[in-house]
Amino acid sequence: MAVTEQRSAGLDVARLRADFPILERTVNGRPLVYLDSAATSQKPRQVIDAEADFYANHNANAHRGLYLLAEEATELYEAARAKLARFIGAPAPETIVFTRGTTESTNLVAYAWARRFLTEGDEILLTDMEHHSNIVPWQLAARDTGITLRYIPLTDDGLLDLSDLGSLLTERTRLLAVTGMSNSLGTLPPLRQLTEAAHAVGALVLVDGAQLVPHVPVDVTALDVDFLTISGHKMLGPTASGGLYGKAEHLEAMDAFLGGGHMIEEVFHEHSTWNAVPYKFEAGTMNIAQEVGLGAAIDYLEAAGMDAVRAHEEEITAYAIGRLTEAGARVFGPTDTSIRGGAVSFWYRDVHPHDLATILNEEGVAIRAGHHCNQLVMRRYGVPATARASFYVYNTNDEVDALVEALAKASDVFDA
Amino acid sequence: MALDDIYKEVILDHYKNPRNKREVPGAELTCSKNNPLCGDEITVFVHEVDGKLVDVGFLGQGCSISQSSASMMTEAVADTSRNEAGEMIGRIRAMMAGEVEPDEETFGELVALKGVVKYPVRIKCAVLPWDVLQEALAGKGEAEGSAAH
Repeated sequence: MAVTEQRSAGLDVARLRADFPILERTVNGRPLVYLDSAATSQKPRQVIDAEADFYANHNANAHRGLYLLAEEATELYEAARAKLARFIGAPAPETIVFTRGTTESTNLVAYAWARRFLTEGDEILLTDMEHHSNIVPWQLAARDTGITLRYIPLTDDGLLDLSDLGSLLTERTRLLAVTGMSNSLGTLPPLRQLTEAAHAVGALVLVDGAQLVPHVPVDVTALDVDFLTISGHKMLGPTASGGLYGKAEHLEAMDAFLGGGHMIEEVFHEHSTWNAVPYKFEAGTMNIAQEVGLGAAIDYLEAAGMDAVRAHEEEITAYAIGRLTEAGARVFGPTDTSIRGGAVSFWYRDVHPHDLATILNEEGVAIRAGHHCNQLVMRRYGVPATARASFYVYNTNDEVDALVEALAKASDVFDA
Repeated sequence: MALDDIYKEVILDHYKNPRNKREVPGAELTCSKNNPLCGDEITVFVHEVDGKLVDVGFLGQGCSISQSSASMMTEAVADTSRNEAGEMIGRIRAMMAGEVEPDEETFGELVALKGVVKYPVRIKCAVLPWDVLQEALAGKGEAEGSAAH
């Protein structure tokens, strides 16, 4: 498949593609068509180089040594924090805690905030479209504290059903934990409306930003959310990079999370005192090179422009939904691209998603098949699994065409 | 690799026209198992008379590999003894691990599953029904989710 000149909504996709070494490789003798960025994104040379450069030229532990390399490592690490803060509209770098990603960030809040402050009778409100990583940490916290979990249901169209929000979100609700973008349905919940409603009853809001932050311009200050979890590897950064944004007053009030080096101020026999925020939450040697790589990923996304990224994805998502539907696939989630992102789950005729993924792989097309850590969503729509194509800055309409052509092969094999 | 290595006609036939896809009346041995990673589900029913598996059926949903493997299994182990069924389970495992080159004489139609070996992520689909049968024979009953990853 030839990559045609695609200038989509201000994004020079052909030029961007040249930055991603992996897009040069073939799979089963065909060009790789990578449609699984919702699972993890590919990395541009700039990010790979930044991580390698850290190890080759600046490697030392951050916030430890009193020599030049240690200073450089610390500066690069803290510069990445400042970039991430700016990228999501956070008021100060200190409101960003580095973590391994959204899962660790959510667990951090579940341990250091929920277990610290919540007791029996309190409620956490989730939604039926949450990723397991925004369900299970709260279940574990509920087991320890006796709090109750409640869930906002979904409509047939893959939206949050807010018709009964008044009875779900009450003065008992202490936290609303909601995805910024569903990883299986693509849905973008109305975060502003939800945040206002939650704050009106005195509840805090945690937004799972795993799919949101890489794809949509985010301003936590304007949204007024209390916590935002961030996954670096889904936004062109290295695996194990990422962070947690929290309003300063919450981060100050919260308990420590993991105990260890650097998170303390003073250690005595029986107790210790904590380092300042955000270091209170950064125990042990962190993923320094990875966070530096994330800084390079943010530079890359900012140079491309997040508005252009979002516009490109709306365009390719609309194209994909149209082509898939035309080909006889059932597409899940909303079809209006102004309220959804580029994670497109579908069921193709009578071909099981796993068979589909195997056949597509033969054509060099990489998609995800399974429940996507969204078993509540699968159950809601009565399917054991779905196939999912998801898009990012480097994907083209030609690749959507390659996907649809590969579907025809599956249809031949299964006579479906 | 070619798709007809894995999607052989016999596999597609068993997938589209599954044999013994039914509950077995009076089954003494039954076991359910799912693979939460992919949503494949298999329940196996065995009616045993004088040490022979006289009637074997299954219910389930999932990909063509797991469902066709279950369908072929119900035919392959029908009217065998527990020991013979156990040996068949062992042979299938060895074939899927690439340790045995299957021949048609011993494996019958099941030789069609050989192509799955080239697709490592799909091997567990082929083996799932045989795991369930083994646990049914061991009297373990409900083993839901024990194939979890």
